[in-house]
Amino acid sequence: MRAQYDKEHFRKHSLPTPFYPRMAELSQDSSWHCWKGYLSADYFENVELEYFAIRNACSVMDLSPMSKYRIRGQDAEAFFDRMVTRDMSKLKPGRVGYSVWCNDQGKVVDDGTIFRFGEHDYRLCAYERQYEWLMISSAGFDVDITDETEGVAALSVQGPTSFAVLSKMGLSGIETLKPFGIVHFPYHGGKLMVSRTGFTGDLGYELWVGGSKALTLWDELFEAGKHYGIRAIGTHALDIARIEAGFIQAGDDFTPANHTIRKDHDRSPFELGLGWLVHLDKPNFTGRRALIREKEKGSRYRLVKLDIDGNKPAHASYIFHGRKKVAGVVTSAVWSPTCKQNIAFASLEVAIDDPLNDLWAEIYYQRELQWNRVWQRCRVHDEPFWSPPRRRATPPGLF
Amino acid sequence: MTDRYDALIIGAGHNGLVCAAYLAKGGQKVLVLERSEQVGGAAITREFAPGFKVSACAHILHMLQPKIVRELKLKTHGLNLNGPPIETISLAADGNKLTIRRHNIEGAEVSDTDKVAYTRFIKRMERHARALAPQLLKTPLRLANAGFGNVIKLAGMGWDIRFGLGKKRMRDFLRIIGMNIHDLLDEVFESEALKGALALDAVLGTAMEPRMPGTVVTYLYRLAGGLKSIPILPMGGMGSVTVALADAATSFGAEIRTAALVESVLLEGGCAVGVVFAGGEEVRAPTIISNADPKTTFLKLVGARNLEAGLAHRISNLRTSGRAAKLHMALNSLPDFTGLEQDALGNRLVIAPSRKYLEHAFNHSKYGEFSAAPAMEITIPSLADPSLAPAGKHVLSAIVQYAPYDLKGGWDAQKDTFVERVVDVISAYAPDFRDKITTVECLTPVDIEREFGMTGGHWHHGELAIDQMFMMRPTYGTAQYRTPIDGLYLCGAGAHPGGFVMGAAGHNAAQAIIAGDK
Repeated sequence: MRAQYDKEHFRKHSLPTPFYPRMAELSQDSSWHCWKGYLSADYFENVELEYFAIRNACSVMDLSPMSKYRIRGQDAEAFFDRMVTRDMSKLKPGRVGYSVWCNDQGKVVDDGTIFRFGEHDYRLCAYERQYEWLMISSAGFDVDITDETEGVAALSVQGPTSFAVLSKMGLSGIETLKPFGIVHFPYHGGKLMVSRTGFTGDLGYELWVGGSKALTLWDELFEAGKHYGIRAIGTHALDIARIEAGFIQAGDDFTPANHTIRKDHDRSPFELGLGWLVHLDKPNFTGRRALIREKEKGSRYRLVKLDIDGNKPAHASYIFHGRKKVAGVVTSAVWSPTCKQNIAFASLEVAIDDPLNDLWAEIYYQRELQWNRVWQRCRVHDEPFWSPPRRRATPPGLF
Repeated sequence: MTDRYDALIIGAGHNGLVCAAYLAKGGQKVLVLERSEQVGGAAITREFAPGFKVSACAHILHMLQPKIVRELKLKTHGLNLNGPPIETISLAADGNKLTIRRHNIEGAEVSDTDKVAYTRFIKRMERHARALAPQLLKTPLRLANAGFGNVIKLAGMGWDIRFGLGKKRMRDFLRIIGMNIHDLLDEVFESEALKGALALDAVLGTAMEPRMPGTVVTYLYRLAGGLKSIPILPMGGMGSVTVALADAATSFGAEIRTAALVESVLLEGGCAVGVVFAGGEEVRAPTIISNADPKTTFLKLVGARNLEAGLAHRISNLRTSGRAAKLHMALNSLPDFTGLEQDALGNRLVIAPSRKYLEHAFNHSKYGEFSAAPAMEITIPSLADPSLAPAGKHVLSAIVQYAPYDLKGGWDAQKDTFVERVVDVISAYAPDFRDKITTVECLTPVDIEREFGMTGGHWHHGELAIDQMFMMRPTYGTAQYRTPIDGLYLCGAGAHPGGFVMGAAGHNAAQAIIAGDK
């Protein structure tokens, strides 16, 4: 689907999304980065305020650069079932499922959400571009694959007051929408789709609309949220929230298998703590044979959530067994303002005789250009650091 | 139901039969399933006009591995390798033919320097070919996840090249291996006629022309396969080889069922457990071996959706488009080739007067056209074996290049024009040729695909070029006969070491299955 951009679009490094006019007004420092070809805000005003909008009020983030593909056809379910690790026969129409997909070697190509609109109608959303892999995976299946990235604008509306804001907007019936559910509304002669999904581990929704209705949606949303602490946020604030929620990010916590060149620099779902997504009892899916072998022989790595002493985020720190032997590296780290914990994800090499009860992080930090180093003890945390009951409550509370 | 068979082989081509014979000899209960009424796949002799019989595809036997002939006792099963040995005669319109024997050449136009150079060149090439030859009867090594056995194999391959050749020759080997045959021949010879004839050997049956890198590899490969045999026109045609193989296989206890079209491989829990026939009948066995080409095996019999995406993608990207046609002609008497005595007609006659001729012929095929002046390998097998034609009459069999599978406008409308073209070309060398023809049969790659089930009509089951050879044949991940589908193996020309009537792929597959290779 080629959209409305003029012929000269290639002169710009990154394209604006349909929400750009509103976001540009809000951006105090014009701090943007390129998310797969689109301008995406780092922050608008202040990362802390934006973060607290996620946890205490209502945050709005532009999701439009997310890669979106429509998969339609007789074989759509069979196609997904072969492509991803999860049993897709369990995903019913009107529901969303999270999954990973692997290459033949059982290494993760990417993770994403699969929206099932109807019996033979799906949308795949992923952080990375997936068109080529979808085409490769479609051989032998009667499916039609369309890239909808440009045509569909999306906002992530997350936080305790998000339900109240959407209700105020007049989206009636949304109170019955369960987590991972989908509901459609007529919207100014078009359609608005709302899914109860998100990347914050909190109560939240994602709103999907045709590009031409994007600014109307933005305006109506902010008008409705006026008294509910609504705030546009950038990816920096989201990054804090997603680490608290225990969500991994392609490019940070693993390198997509199709981008790795060096042996063993990619990761299997087991090595990312996503074994629960792998249904080896399916007769065939890409990576199955390798994953069965890995299950028998054991994995090389494991991804752990760490609660680290002190308050210095352990960015890119080495993790040691007993301050002596390198155990692995930190892939994501942040000071969690809500949990008041110094948290991180780390990819550790699996060695049977290394217990996980004596892990240490060697943390480097700077004070006025002066480097300092501290050793901090780490504790493995099994559950997400942040997972409030309101995340799943249906109907959600009017905070 | 308990399995009556240990192994099912899909396709009774020569490799399927070799594999069946070895497995049966090893004590396994084997059932071979052949879709046509006759065993042999493309290695058959068949009647194309009343009383005229001919080898349907390959017509010269020059690579059948002596180890297989010996171990399967093919001679006691009726294989007659006593056909008169043949030499190559490169035709010239002016009658100045060039005769190419294994170690020397003869021709009025060829200088003494070239004659000496030829002997030296062919011995040099044969030494290089000897470094490759041991690989033909071995399972290719695995590079990814190479275990100890593979490291030994790699070391062995290195040893063959380094110490089999010696330092100086290894250097030469490594220098020329990536070259094109055109430039290599320029380094050695003066005569263009000689260069043309030798270049044909490098590109026959391929989608390549002499200036393409990799044509030295194909040339050496052809030499390597034929090091231990003398080229002959098999008595009774190529079908005699597969009839002997079928006889050997059944004598070891294998069963062969003809007119049994396998529609799919039966999968359970991702493993191959049997086959399903067109009528819906199932036969089960723990080992399923496919002699069909890789695209047919993986994309049709198994189905892309039952494979992992990466493998399915690599298989569908295999280069399997054939560019060689086969022409059969019934002749009421022998044609008179200019400058050629009647008794020389039993040899391998080639039309490849220069490398430019081959290049021009190839150029058309790049754009979906057949060659304006095609190159050819011609035999008249009825001279050595009169039973192939009615008394006093003859059959002519020719491999004609280039005739692309995906001809612009399709073959149906243009086949007659193509045949005319071929007759014109031959007539330039044998002026009375046209009057001798009574019947013509032309098998384009499309016909070969239809008749023998080879995807793209490529009789090597896929281009035999360096990127599709050894541990990359048909593609990595399934190059050791065992496929990623448990219980399913490949044994055809699409696996290492590829086509020709060698029998090596069938032999190697059987060894891998017996050894329980993982």
